Amino acid sequence: MQYIDLHAHMASRNTDDYKMMALTGCVAVSEPAFWAGYDSCTPDYFRDYFHRLTEFEPRRAAEYGIQHYTWLCLNPKEGENRKMAKAVLDIIPEFMDHKNVLGIGEIGVNRVTQNELATFIDHVSLAVQTDQLIHIHTPHLEDKFKGTKVITDTLLAEQKLKRGKVMVDHAEEHTIEMILDNGFWAGLTLYPTTKVSHNRAVDLIERFGTERICVGSACDWGPSKPIAIPEFIQEMRRRGHSENTIRKIVYDNPVEFLGQCPKFKLRHTEPDAVLRFE
Amino acid sequence: MDRYDKSCPLSQKQLIDDQFMIQRNHLLEIAAYLDRMQRSAEKNGEDDFRMQAFHESLKALLTDEPDKVKKIQMILSDPDIEPLVARDVQGAFGANNPEKQGA
Repeated sequence: MQYIDLHAHMASRNTDDYKMMALTGCVAVSEPAFWAGYDSCTPDYFRDYFHRLTEFEPRRAAEYGIQHYTWLCLNPKEGENRKMAKAVLDIIPEFMDHKNVLGIGEIGVNRVTQNELATFIDHVSLAVQTDQLIHIHTPHLEDKFKGTKVITDTLLAEQKLKRGKVMVDHAEEHTIEMILDNGFWAGLTLYPTTKVSHNRAVDLIERFGTERICVGSACDWGPSKPIAIPEFIQEMRRRGHSENTIRKIVYDNPVEFLGQCPKFKLRHTEPDAVLRFE
Repeated sequence: MDRYDKSCPLSQKQLIDDQFMIQRNHLLEIAAYLDRMQRSAEKNGEDDFRMQAFHESLKALLTDEPDKVKKIQMILSDPDIEPLVARDVQGAFGANNPEKQGA
């Protein structure tokens, strides 16, 4: 089955991963701007990083027939540094018109500090002013509930925000209702240990339905699986869910959400079309 | 499109046949972890906030109430939604530390 990985940090993965994803049906990835694993020393790093996301990664993905889209921001892990945040926010507009940039993301909070929240609000303001899609990172583990509550409250206070243009990612059992009930899209990230397993993701689909929900691998430089979505598909099938239901989550829903950006155009519009490798 | 009534399509018998061995293994891993903690050469973690939350979560498992995952998620969560004044650490711990810096 063809699928779209809504959240994949491919700059952290090797080329074999692109091949494995293509062989398992991946036709497109969207790559939010990420944290390098250490705090950056200079804003110049981000100019290089955004160049990679907009030029190099699309070429690498295309070699395996995968369309590569991306999101730009200062990742929440570095949101505490307000000086860096302001410098990166000045760089982002240089890259926003690039053909594979879908919007601002993944923005949010990490340890849920006052500075991180200020950086988040700055990014939201930029997105609203320029009518961009927004991809949101919610913090992990003990900070998940608190961070998601602070983020959704902040978004609800933004009068000009279109909630249907916001994906609140890394949703879990204790946060999914506050995301969906407020009109946002919810993302489930299939990641070992610190996020949701494919089993728990299927449980959430069974409990909350298939509207405004997408899945992603969130594969990055940590222990993670670039083919987590095929494992999710396999579990859905094992439980007896229909092919139409599965396709809605892994293909139709991402197309509906990402398609709100006019730059998102899949070459393979037929879900069962044969891949044409470039 | 399928309509859900929040149910898992598999029967309980199917869930047992499919997953009992996997969950049995998880159960034994938890038991072995707790035994290992008791056998530890140095008893310096009995008051650790993570293990206190762990034991509280185990109690939640033994009730007949639904939504066990959500209840345990909340036991392991920081209930205070006031942002920290400053970042204390970069990464999270997995359970809320009531004595964390920055609050």
